[in-house]
Amino acid sequence: MTTSGAQPTWDGPAVYVEGVHKSFGEVQALRGIDLVVERGHVLGLLGPNGAGKTTAVKVLTTLLAPDRGRALVEGRDVVRSPEAVREIIGLAGQSTAIQEELTGRENLEIMGRLYHLDAETRRRRAGELLERFDLGEAADRPTRGYSGGMQRRLDLALSLVSRPAVLFLDEPTTGLDPRSRLGMWEVIRELVSSGTTLLLTTQYLEEADELADEIVVIDHGKVIAAGTAQDLKNRVGGDVVEFHVVERDRTAEAVEAVRALSGSAPSVDADAGRVSIRVGGSGSSALVETVRRLDARSIHTEGLGVRRPSLEDVFLALTGHGAAEGDAPASQARRGRRSGRRS
Amino acid sequence: MRDALTEPLVAVEVGRPPAYQQVRSAVADIATLTRRELLIWLRNPAFIFFTIIQPVMFVLLFRYVFGGAIPVKVRGGYVNFLMPGIIAQSAAFASFGTAIALARQLQRGVIDRFRAMPMARSAVLLGRLSADTMRLVVTVLVILAVGYAVGFRFQNGFVAGVLMVLLAIVFGVVICTISGFVGLAIKDEESVGSFGLVWLFPLTFVSAAFVPIQSMPGWLQAFAKNQPVTTVIDEMRALALGGPLGLHAWQSALWLAGIAAVFVPLAVRAYRRAT
Ligand SMILES: Nc1ncnc2c1ncn2[C@@H]1O[C@H](COP(=O)(O)OP(=O)(O)OP(=O)(O)O)[C@@H](O)[C@H]1O
Ligand SMILES: [Mg+2]
Repeated sequence: MTTSGAQPTWDGPAVYVEGVHKSFGEVQALRGIDLVVERGHVLGLLGPNGAGKTTAVKVLTTLLAPDRGRALVEGRDVVRSPEAVREIIGLAGQSTAIQEELTGRENLEIMGRLYHLDAETRRRRAGELLERFDLGEAADRPTRGYSGGMQRRLDLALSLVSRPAVLFLDEPTTGLDPRSRLGMWEVIRELVSSGTTLLLTTQYLEEADELADEIVVIDHGKVIAAGTAQDLKNRVGGDVVEFHVVERDRTAEAVEAVRALSGSAPSVDADAGRVSIRVGGSGSSALVETVRRLDARSIHTEGLGVRRPSLEDVFLALTGHGAAEGDAPASQARRGRRSGRRS
Repeated sequence: MRDALTEPLVAVEVGRPPAYQQVRSAVADIATLTRRELLIWLRNPAFIFFTIIQPVMFVLLFRYVFGGAIPVKVRGGYVNFLMPGIIAQSAAFASFGTAIALARQLQRGVIDRFRAMPMARSAVLLGRLSADTMRLVVTVLVILAVGYAVGFRFQNGFVAGVLMVLLAIVFGVVICTISGFVGLAIKDEESVGSFGLVWLFPLTFVSAAFVPIQSMPGWLQAFAKNQPVTTVIDEMRALALGGPLGLHAWQSALWLAGIAAVFVPLAVRAYRRAT
């Protein structure tokens, strides 16, 4: 499969990125990114729209040359020996790269041909992957008719034809319905348990929480936090008090009432009438205080309670805006999460 | 997690395979991609329409609907005048598929996927070009067969006829380099579909393809007479029907070489940059 002779040994991390900058004209997509992924680990690169996730993946997969800095994949420099990097990586980009006129099997077998697998291996590998990704029944139908989830699974299968040592998945579940997303998580988990090193990007905090050993949060081309999901949650410190305002138009009033309970501004999802307050430590006393203050103004709530911080809260604490808002300023971001995406 | 900044790492050096092996694997990849593109073409009704059905419709339309009203001084009448022109026009329009397919594959990330694979950089474009060339051969031969059915006959012998077909194919391939550049530069399937190839209309219709240039107003004649499509068609007619070959041969060769010299590097550059 590889065309070079003996493989040089490398005992460093599977992915190593140091001070990578990349600009597109005026736009600074990456402003000095550092990343390390140990072999066999899963790194979740988490960030809102425009954070620079795709750009980072493109640098690591030799599609874009960094302006500055260094990136090594299994010790191979993406700028100095891109061919060597391409031999050991797999990539499933943000949009699926399947050819819709061809069947699932044809897509896979052509991929096998391009990796110079012999006819027998090619056929067997395609068959295995189709089975594994639950595409056996649809294998010989043109992929044009596949559902979004099936297309994503086939796309992932395509990136695995060569049994890559390091796999890059750029937003593997964006645009999928919740059920397909769960299916995709299942597939990715299974893959990872077989020892593949994985770097995956996502806008979904829970996805990073579910799949990744380590999470790196980037925003505006910079790493703003790194660690395990637990590390990041600890960073927020304390609990979150959350409630829904029954009369949505009184949400602002409710926010006003509880503002003094926390050092930072409460986060608000106006559409859902949801207010979340990060309180330092003592969740229960803050809860009592919240009830008292809302009651004093006769604001009716439902679902009032205390919970441990989620990654969403972490994101808010770190960036001042929610994960879905991207470049929107903090004030605007408080109008709530939108589901719009795609670069 | 390791601290990226305190632990400098030295990249490993990986040797490249010998040149002959690289060439061999590039040839294999080009063959694979050629097959892939041809398969896609065969599965795509729209592509079949543009490259086979539309040209055939044009032959019938011009032969039977417009043909009667267009007087030409050519042995065998309008159908003989028409066929070289319509073959060239169809060869040029067949490049539509090139532009659309490239823009689509770029937009969908197919090309990025290929470029992140251990494959010669040139393989994607060369595979495309070789598939498009085969497609062109099919298009030209189909039109020729339909032409024969509606009365067209070569007047200048077999060898000249074959040369005409070859010239048409070379012409089509050269136009493909322009379309390829357009597709890669616009990068958007829909835009390419709606206005990416408007330049082909004046180039093919304001030419000697369907009517004698003398029938156009003077100001149009100046353009029509000197543009590359007319030059190539004049040479094709000379090959198919007889007549002086020399002048148009040179002009055609220069035009085609010139276009290729400009658009091949432009297309390659657009391909390198696009991601
Ligand atoms: N080819 C390009 N030319 C110009 N600007 C670009 C290009 N690619 C990315 N950018 C810009 O660089 C920034 C980072 O983009 P990138 O695609 O890496 O973000 P992302 O985190 O992947 O976002 P998304 O979640 O929307 O996919 C954005 O502001 C984007 O507009
Ligand atoms: Mg992206």
